[in-house]
Amino acid sequence: MTVIEIHNLKKSYNPGKLAVNDVSLTIQKGESLGLVGESGCGKSTLARCLLGVEKMDDGSIVYNDAPIAHANRKQLRNYRRNVQTVFQNPTASLNPKLKIKDSLIDPYLQFKDDLQLKHFHFTSKQDFVQQLLETVELPKELADRYPHELSGGQKQRVTIARAISIEPNLIVLDEPTASLDVLSQGAILELLGSLQQTLGMSYLFISHDLAAVYQLCQRIAVMRDGELLDMFRKEDIYHTSRHDYTKELIDIF
Amino acid sequence: MSVLAHSQKRIKKAKVWLISIILLIVLAAIAYTFLYLKHDATMTDVGNRLASPTWGHPLGTDHLGRDVLTRLLLGFRLTVGYSLIALAAAVIIGVPFGLMAGLRGGWVDRLFMRIADGFLAFPDTVIAIVLSGLLGPGIGNLLFAIVLVKWVNYARMVRSTVLTEVQKDYVTIARINGLSTFTIMRKHLLPHIIGNVLVLASLDFGKIILLISSLSYIGLGAQPPTPEWGAMLNESRPYFQANPEMMVYPGLAIVAVVLAANVLGDYLRDKFDVKKEVQP
Repeated sequence: MTVIEIHNLKKSYNPGKLAVNDVSLTIQKGESLGLVGESGCGKSTLARCLLGVEKMDDGSIVYNDAPIAHANRKQLRNYRRNVQTVFQNPTASLNPKLKIKDSLIDPYLQFKDDLQLKHFHFTSKQDFVQQLLETVELPKELADRYPHELSGGQKQRVTIARAISIEPNLIVLDEPTASLDVLSQGAILELLGSLQQTLGMSYLFISHDLAAVYQLCQRIAVMRDGELLDMFRKEDIYHTSRHDYTKELIDIF
Repeated sequence: MSVLAHSQKRIKKAKVWLISIILLIVLAAIAYTFLYLKHDATMTDVGNRLASPTWGHPLGTDHLGRDVLTRLLLGFRLTVGYSLIALAAAVIIGVPFGLMAGLRGGWVDRLFMRIADGFLAFPDTVIAIVLSGLLGPGIGNLLFAIVLVKWVNYARMVRSTVLTEVQKDYVTIARINGLSTFTIMRKHLLPHIIGNVLVLASLDFGKIILLISSLSYIGLGAQPPTPEWGAMLNESRPYFQANPEMMVYPGLAIVAVVLAANVLGDYLRDKFDVKKEVQP
């Protein structure tokens, strides 16, 4: 079953230069699609279009058989409820003036009227927050702390907990490990993998780190200069039909 | 720095702001309670003018035989009360304007910034003098002038905070989740604003007292026989050589309250960790 389809997406910031040039992707239910490419290749722009932060110039994003460009209020709400995100910088992703529990509960408060959670069962908000922290392997006591009291890895776990809190269908992970040290990177990747097994959501995992993508994803897409060059199953990474640029990337790692 | 020296420094620092709070509270308590009932601040007794301190008049009487202590304490009510009113009005006007300018951007922001620049081009005192001079002397006009001068600071500060914060990822994520602008303001931005406003307000508190007093001193604010401290200073000028204490009392009162307010403001600034550049 397809979760999301992107058709011929185009986006440009400067006239004459396309940041994303005619990219089409589909993501299946429960799979992780890795999107690799160097800085400035348009992978983050693609994510921002997907999340509705940027307006795309051309093309369409189809969710539940309905293009979101023409979605009504209710469809748009449903889309937002089902597409969550984790950004690169966990410090910027949490409001420094809010306690962890208040940041965590944001999506739930926004969508609680039309939520039917399968995995999380809770009696109170406090209970919910503690379950979420437990799910991302953080001590319950962190609920009442402020972000500056947490380490980078812990903060990123909190933003992951926030993203999974309403059990979305898709999480867009925009370089979630890029600002962490190597040990935390591995731990976060492991956590993401096990969360996917428990909750069954799809990932669009954006990274410049082919090794991380290889660890987490079943399918890998390669972008350069706004164009989608190559897309393949993880098993076929050493196949001779790989694009030259992909081979170059493999050689680096 | 050793642990001991560090903790000593902390205690010393803590004490100064504590003393300031206690001073302000004690003064307010005295001013608002018992001593006032003893005398009428505007009742003259020419037969007993410029009297030395007695049990009946602990600080003596002024040139019209009025009890100085009563006038001083009533002056606390007036000066501090007026200052708080002006402050509250400036905050209530400035904060929404700043939020609007910061969030809406575009021509709203540009128009607002030009108005703000206009006010900021002149020192507060000069604008206040011109305005209250134009509108005529009187405490109401003076307060109006002060509010007109001060709201700009709050609006600008709130605007700059909003502009910085809305670019951060947590606001983007809130928007991705579909949180309304109002919810983002209330839950995510207000906590950033409150601290700054509180700090700026406590620092402004002293400045406004000085402004009210100095304009009353030159005859543009409170008019005699109102026992406002600046006006009291003005009234006592002719008696400066024979009875200097008449000037010393209101002068000391102004210094004490303004100093306490500033210490408190500095303390709050440290506590809320507001960056220096926020202060205009």
